[in-house]
Amino acid sequence: MHPAFSVIFLTTLIGVGQGLFIALYSAQAYSAIGVLPKPALVFMTTGSVFSVAFLVGGLVASIFHLGRPERAWRSAAMWRTSWLSREVIVLPMAIAAVAAYGVIHYQGWDLTLIGITPPFPGALSLLVGTLTTVVIFALFVCTGMIYACIRFLQEWASPLTVINYMLIGTGSGFTFAAALSTQYEPALTLFFAGWALALTLFALITRSASLIRNQRIKYRSTIQSAIGVRHTRIRQESQGFLGGSFNTREFFHGAHPWIFRFIKWLFIVLGFIMPALLLGYGISSDAPKLFIFAFFVQYVGLIAERWFFFAQANHPQNLYYQLVS
Amino acid sequence: MTQLALVIDLNVCVGCHACVTSCKEWNTSGSAGFMSDDRPYGENPTGTFFNRVQSFEVGEFPNTEVVHFPKSCLHCEDPPCVPVCPTGASYKRPEDGIVLVDYDKCIGCKYCTWACPYGVREIDEHQKVMKKCTLCVDRIYDESLPESERKPACVLACPTSARIFGDVHDPNSEASVAIDEAGGYTLMPEWGTKPANHYLPRHRARIRIHEDELVRADNPLKKETERPQGPVEGQTLDDVTSW
Ligand code: SF4
Ligand code: SF4
Repeated sequence: MHPAFSVIFLTTLIGVGQGLFIALYSAQAYSAIGVLPKPALVFMTTGSVFSVAFLVGGLVASIFHLGRPERAWRSAAMWRTSWLSREVIVLPMAIAAVAAYGVIHYQGWDLTLIGITPPFPGALSLLVGTLTTVVIFALFVCTGMIYACIRFLQEWASPLTVINYMLIGTGSGFTFAAALSTQYEPALTLFFAGWALALTLFALITRSASLIRNQRIKYRSTIQSAIGVRHTRIRQESQGFLGGSFNTREFFHGAHPWIFRFIKWLFIVLGFIMPALLLGYGISSDAPKLFIFAFFVQYVGLIAERWFFFAQANHPQNLYYQLVS
Repeated sequence: MTQLALVIDLNVCVGCHACVTSCKEWNTSGSAGFMSDDRPYGENPTGTFFNRVQSFEVGEFPNTEVVHFPKSCLHCEDPPCVPVCPTGASYKRPEDGIVLVDYDKCIGCKYCTWACPYGVREIDEHQKVMKKCTLCVDRIYDESLPESERKPACVLACPTSARIFGDVHDPNSEASVAIDEAGGYTLMPEWGTKPANHYLPRHRARIRIHEDELVRADNPLKKETERPQGPVEGQTLDDVTSW
């Protein structure tokens, strides 16, 4: 497939935004049971603002993918059958929910607002945070399923696709939270960095699993089944036109095989190994500034990861478009 | 139930592209607006087509044949492109099984093309909406046309009659009979999309020649001065009679 930058930015940005929210919420949940100190108000609100910004940034990037963005509202119609439609509904819900979570923190609202005595301080934000977490995970599932549900794209048609979206997004969000907390809440930096390291390593395992899986794929469609002629040697002579068409532009990445392989190693190193090393070194030698660096390296790596994710998928329609002439 | 479809006879298709040009001519002039056609005579021409004719070489020289292979939307009975469409712009008509795109609803997200294994949907680079074969839905029901012309433009244009149009659910239609008699098949049956369009396979024209058929045993018109020699032991009936 041809990697479109609109979709690359959409999926990576919302991944960070979602992961960042999970980081904020887990810090609050941990502190509610007394394992962690209570996170500073300024950190929770700034964190929420950043999370919303990442999600909105993704939404804006997605608009560039549409031919007719002015009709985008129509895409909420078919949520019964289409994962894309579901994502279109859940993404604004997630933005609204995270925004509400941030406002509740900023205003210091609690259940007293609706006349209930809170069992413990911050009960309202914890409740809203729990509901938001559900929405955030629903968004991960929608995004992953958009790709995983297309059974012809055998590289994507696997539960690993959804798992990778979840782990990679959450990992990068925790890295961002670690970087952000160095400015606003140093007491929680190690907590975020520790989880960021664990999630990044875990994501490395599942992403490698999908790389290994994809290397062994046996394609179900062949040139024989594509044109229905049973002969071992079939060669395309003409695809019916001289120049390019939508079919030759949308479904081929067009990069040199050398670049293709290079990007694979680039994303493994920049997206996973380097950030893990930086996080690990930052934790062990108490150098929190490294976490900021780790986030930028990881984000660049994840752009490469998403590029490769698209480029690697091989669509059966390509069997009909093997030769320009 | 009705399922309109095309049946394409690969045995007679000569790859002349008459269906491609007539399709474009009809559909670019319709009420749905033009179909993109950029730099048609310049460098790197590109455009939107509902129908493409491709050619494949089967076999190894000198034992080769070329299969010309017209390809357009197959109007699948279980179309994977329809449920993924977020707007409902892509739909399958229950009354005749034609899969259509509502150009006023489509947002040009291209998701449906990912979900079609056959590569027959093409985005229009100028109108920014998805386009694909409509089976000439705007002409097959047009009562201002004579009955014989209420067929898709490609079918009427084909000089070898390689394209048969009809209801594949009606066992007595010309299309169904052709599928039945010539062993019509569908493309990529492995995905369970149940394409409505069928293809009729190539039959290789062969004559079987036995060795003894290459030697003249008789000389019925007595044209040759020297008669072919029969076996030495005796004469055959051919040597002494002529008819
Ligand atoms: S051939 Fe492709 S576009 Fe046409 S109905 Fe089947 S899946 Fe949809
Ligand atoms: S490009 Fe148009 S028809 Fe295709 S899935 Fe998107 S909205 Fe539906």
